[in-house]
Amino acid sequence: MTKTTSAALGGLAALALMAGAAHAEAIKIGAVLSATGPAAFLGDPEQKTLDLYVKKINEAGGIDGKTIELVTYDDGGDANKARTFAERLVEQDEVVAVIGGTTTGTSMAMIPVFEDNEIPFISLAGGIQIVDPVKPFTFKTPHTDRMACEKIFADMKARGLAKIALASGTGGFGASMREQCLKVAPAAGIEIVADETYGPKDTDMTPQITKIRGTAGVEAVLNADFGQGPAVFTRNYAQLGMTLPLYQSHGVASKQFIELAGPAADGARLPAAALLVADDLAADDPQKPVVTEYRDAFEAATGQPVSTFGGHAYDGLMILKEAIDRADSADPGEIRDQIEATKGFVGTAGVVTMSPENHLGLDLSSFRMLAIENGCCWVIVE
Amino acid sequence: MQEFLQFIFSGLTVGAVYALVALGFTIIYNASEVVNFAQGEFVMLGGMTTVFLAAAGVPLPLAAALAVVATVAVGLALYAFAIAPVRGASTVTLIIITIGASILIRGAAQVIFDKQVHRLPSFSGDAPITLAGAAILPQSFWILGGAAVIVVGLKAFFEHTLTGKAVLAAAANSLAAELVGISLRKVVGLSFALSAAIGAVGGILAAPITFTSYDMGTLLALKGFAAAMLGGIGNPIGAVVGGLMVGLLEAFGAGYVSSSYKDGIAFLVILVVLFAMPQGLFGRAKVERV
Repeated sequence: MTKTTSAALGGLAALALMAGAAHAEAIKIGAVLSATGPAAFLGDPEQKTLDLYVKKINEAGGIDGKTIELVTYDDGGDANKARTFAERLVEQDEVVAVIGGTTTGTSMAMIPVFEDNEIPFISLAGGIQIVDPVKPFTFKTPHTDRMACEKIFADMKARGLAKIALASGTGGFGASMREQCLKVAPAAGIEIVADETYGPKDTDMTPQITKIRGTAGVEAVLNADFGQGPAVFTRNYAQLGMTLPLYQSHGVASKQFIELAGPAADGARLPAAALLVADDLAADDPQKPVVTEYRDAFEAATGQPVSTFGGHAYDGLMILKEAIDRADSADPGEIRDQIEATKGFVGTAGVVTMSPENHLGLDLSSFRMLAIENGCCWVIVE
Repeated sequence: MQEFLQFIFSGLTVGAVYALVALGFTIIYNASEVVNFAQGEFVMLGGMTTVFLAAAGVPLPLAAALAVVATVAVGLALYAFAIAPVRGASTVTLIIITIGASILIRGAAQVIFDKQVHRLPSFSGDAPITLAGAAILPQSFWILGGAAVIVVGLKAFFEHTLTGKAVLAAAANSLAAELVGISLRKVVGLSFALSAAIGAVGGILAAPITFTSYDMGTLLALKGFAAAMLGGIGNPIGAVVGGLMVGLLEAFGAGYVSSSYKDGIAFLVILVVLFAMPQGLFGRAKVERV
């Protein structure tokens, strides 16, 4: 396509958007994200990623010559609002597919709406219950908490650590991961000898850590949570002079965690997507070009450090784009079939191959075990 | 013993912050009978403003001072634009107004600052001090010391200055105070300014340990209010004791009983105390004089 025609197309797209009405050639995609509220640090990069890449796709000529029109709603982390927006997307906006559901709670609230109306839905939340059991129109891009538990336990096993203490937040993420870790621990040969919890907004966890310290036989500590809780936990852990190996979840795979926890985070290990260690990946790693491109584009456009959460939105949008491209149609049913047929898609979270039985399509190898070093960086430790 | 000491330090550090919030409640309540649920937002404003000024290159002590000034300005604005115009409204109306104000301040903070969690550097480093086997962060001493200085300062202000005595007089009997020439407007305005300043100082001192984010105020207001009720609302000593007790109850609950129920344990004890002593530990029973 020549420059003039693409410019003309871009101009046409802009005109169509200005007209407000759904242009016959535009493909309407919906998104319900928690761009504000308690999950804003997840939803905000997701929103920015979608805006950025929809613009990029349209500038490059759209999908099969059709532009994408993105309709976004902010649920503020509230599951009730999310469901209302889901209904609005289906009934008023008449979208052909939806990305979003920043949290497991908002995703679960919206799933019935999309299943009933047969609109494909790609969730960006971690909980395994979103795709287990498999629902025909529901997919997701992030790793599950069960996979995080399995990955961490495998690493502990490899280091000869068998008896561990579990400390989790009582929020949705922490509670769900605690449940999954307790479930898969016996099969992994891990014994959980202490099981402590704390509130998501707690500012001091020294009592819990003191209890763990007093428990006989603990060989390692796993802190399953996201947000500020793990940062407080890690700082208290160092304050009490704990030297047992500390494991964190994929929920703290962000620079913000390292900034909050400071030098106390050194040595902590966590499973995370390749996106965080883009430069350290082997040159022949299939993910290297994808994660490098996304990281550079996101950081240039927003001025913020990249996080895995925005990466989930990137994966969701690209899987959808390729599915629409293959379907050669804007029919929700055909798009669904093509999402399910996704094979060997290289995203920021890993290589995705879906099937009728697997609407996530990632395996354990897509997680990298990282360690935090020098109060600043992640290094691959496997 | 070592465990016990560790729980004590944990409880006192957390409790000192609750105590400062409870003190803020008490001062405004005494001067105007308003329960100011935006008190937690003052703590947030202190911490967040300091973080953002420090990030902009302002030296930490100056940033902290400016944050206190800014928070006081917000406190005065809250009084002048939301509380003063509805003078004489019922207490419930005033409480609803303060809840509305807290939502407004939180929303504004989300836009003006951001939605992330932030931390200030510790004032005297992060190396813990070991006392009989229990580890304490130097910042805990800053929080406890800061709270102590504020309490002593308040006591001196109320007992040894004319303005302080005027506030006390207005608290005791607002009509009589007005008759002898005390401006109720000024006294209540002053109490909002004082509460805002105390909240802001608490927020700044605690930010290296508890972190700070735009939505931290709600929970603090709840805990601080519980502490004020436990101590007997209207009594400054009660507020401090109540705050420390709530902190200690949480730490002991988490340490000795179950970390899942620690908030429940704290609130259960408060309920039991209030059943036995409805006016709180240090509160006076309200006597209607005919």
